[in-house]
Amino acid sequence: MRVLVIEDDADVAAYIVKALTEAGYNPSHADNGKDGLVMATAEDFDVLVVDRMLPGPDGLTIIRTLRASEDQTPALILSALGDVDDRVKGLKAGGDDYLTKPFAASELLARLEALTRRASTRGTPAETRLAVGDLEMDLLSRSVRRAGTAIDLQPREFRLLECLMRNAGNVVTRTMLLEGVWDYHFDPQTNVIDVHVSRLRQKIDKDFDTPLIQTVRGAGYVLRDSGRNSGP
Amino acid sequence: MKTARLLRSATFRLALLYMLIFGGSVAVLLGFIYWATVGVLSEQVDETIQADIKGLAEQYERRGTRGIAAIIGERIRKDPGGRTVYLLTDPLQRPLVGNLDSWPPAKPDADGWIAFELVDRGDPDERPYLARAKRFVLQGGLNLLVGREVRELERTRHMIVNAMIWGIAITLALALAGGIAMSRSTARRIDSINQTSRDIMSGDLDRRIPAGGTGDEFDQLAENLNAMLDRIQGLMEGLRHVSDNIAHDLRTPLTRLRGRLEDLDDADLSAAERTGRIDAAVAEADTLLSVFNALLRITQIEAGGRRENFAAVDLAAVLHDVAELYEPLAETKGLTFSSHIGDVQNITADRDLIFQAVANLTDNAIKYTPAGGSVTLHAAGNTITVSDSGPGVPEDAREDVFRRFHRLEESRNAPGSGLGLSLVRAVAQLHDGDVRLEENRPGLKAVLTVG
Repeated sequence: MRVLVIEDDADVAAYIVKALTEAGYNPSHADNGKDGLVMATAEDFDVLVVDRMLPGPDGLTIIRTLRASEDQTPALILSALGDVDDRVKGLKAGGDDYLTKPFAASELLARLEALTRRASTRGTPAETRLAVGDLEMDLLSRSVRRAGTAIDLQPREFRLLECLMRNAGNVVTRTMLLEGVWDYHFDPQTNVIDVHVSRLRQKIDKDFDTPLIQTVRGAGYVLRDSGRNSGP
Repeated sequence: MKTARLLRSATFRLALLYMLIFGGSVAVLLGFIYWATVGVLSEQVDETIQADIKGLAEQYERRGTRGIAAIIGERIRKDPGGRTVYLLTDPLQRPLVGNLDSWPPAKPDADGWIAFELVDRGDPDERPYLARAKRFVLQGGLNLLVGREVRELERTRHMIVNAMIWGIAITLALALAGGIAMSRSTARRIDSINQTSRDIMSGDLDRRIPAGGTGDEFDQLAENLNAMLDRIQGLMEGLRHVSDNIAHDLRTPLTRLRGRLEDLDDADLSAAERTGRIDAAVAEADTLLSVFNALLRITQIEAGGRRENFAAVDLAAVLHDVAELYEPLAETKGLTFSSHIGDVQNITADRDLIFQAVANLTDNAIKYTPAGGSVTLHAAGNTITVSDSGPGVPEDAREDVFRRFHRLEESRNAPGSGLGLSLVRAVAQLHDGDVRLEENRPGLKAVLTVG
């Protein structure tokens, strides 16, 4: 997986490049907007990590330029601590996700994973069925079965599980769940999400030998068939 | 220097303008008086002369040259002072009878009026005086000149013109003096405002503009400026309070973080222990970052910079989402959670912020209510109420808790940054609403209004 990191802060860039390399990505780095734009158009990348404020054209301009030339490479926008809530602007410019600095490497990796997954299924017919191990989800009838047994889920629990299943094998952070399942961008003061996940766990994992939903300390959750190794 | 300053003064320039307008008005008024006195007097003289001529012309027709000469002679005799001037000449302007030696050299105007100088025959030393006369040609070519000396008229005219000049001069002088006095007193008031401003700019924030005590516009200006200064000082103190609190509240976690980092420098640590300590240090740093984020968010919201995300919001749906998100948390804590979302109005708002505000209130209620209690989310119109059966907040602290970092003594050890309610207030005010805490008997009721 090739990632282009356009980031002018040398420390942040080194941090991202290191994290990406360790996670098995193949990162390239540009330290200004002009080089970044040239590299993004000349080479083929799977995903872009673009800082908002850059010397030369800024992050939003780069993404807007790429989108105008029909380049749909998924892009994650990074923003400094100061502009906490410019998320809407970033997404309007054609960014696919948004992350505020400073961030944990795990959060960045989880989001990049989700972005590339989304991009790879783009264009293929919409899935009607998701399956992880013996857990099956029918998106049309909105029903869930595990090992053949029907599991009754509330609508929100269904969406929570769907989000985890779509990212099966990858960490999904709490903020990603809030954005993906509840569609709110906010900062919960307590781990209110954990309660929902634990309820879902009760229904999905309680009566079965192998737990599918696992907690990744300091990062979030991952849905994984631990019987078989389905990691990246 | 002083003159230049006086000329620059707006009030003095106004006084000067006032002086000119006033002086002009007085000049017009005096002009009318002049016309009404001198004009009327000289008209009377002219009428008398014309009546005299008319009478003499009639006498001439009736009694001929001799008769008229006799009449003129008689009149001259009766008027030795020479107030009336008569001269009858033949067609070649040779004098026949009259008290003038010769025809005056001045040229008559179109109507035959002549103005000329006379010397008093009784007193040759006296200065010549003015006379006014009219020429009339009698039948047979005789020239008749009838006139009056206008010494009195001239004297009156002089007096009036003099009085007018002095009047205007005095008016202008008084207006100027008044203008200077007025501008001085205004300048003094403005100077005191300026002086206070300079004092404040040089750092003496406690200075206030003294009021004159008359309740005039200047006092009102002083009052408004003082109120503004009070507000600024209040904000400054709030800011100072916040910075003090930031310093205080962040020192503890920073010290802890420092300690944890120092702990890492220990060769005897096992890999697992090291990882645990690193995790703890990262968690500490994350807490600090989230506090900074929350602070910046509040500042941004207070600056009103988030209005660009305003859109039509289905308030009921947002509230249902909050209830749905928090109900499991409440139940896990052993609380009864209920929501009554009535007929709420849809508003133009920032959906995420409204959600955050109501979530913060709900979160607080759940956090501080002991097991077995209840939390209720209630909404109607533009008012959202989150009530609980917890310990509540003492009445005198219900405003303080909205200040940044303010935490009640009894909740110092509970998790949280002391920024949750500050954010709620900032969000409420961004949406032209407010938030307040009320007694719920037992417990606390947070009332949030939006729009």
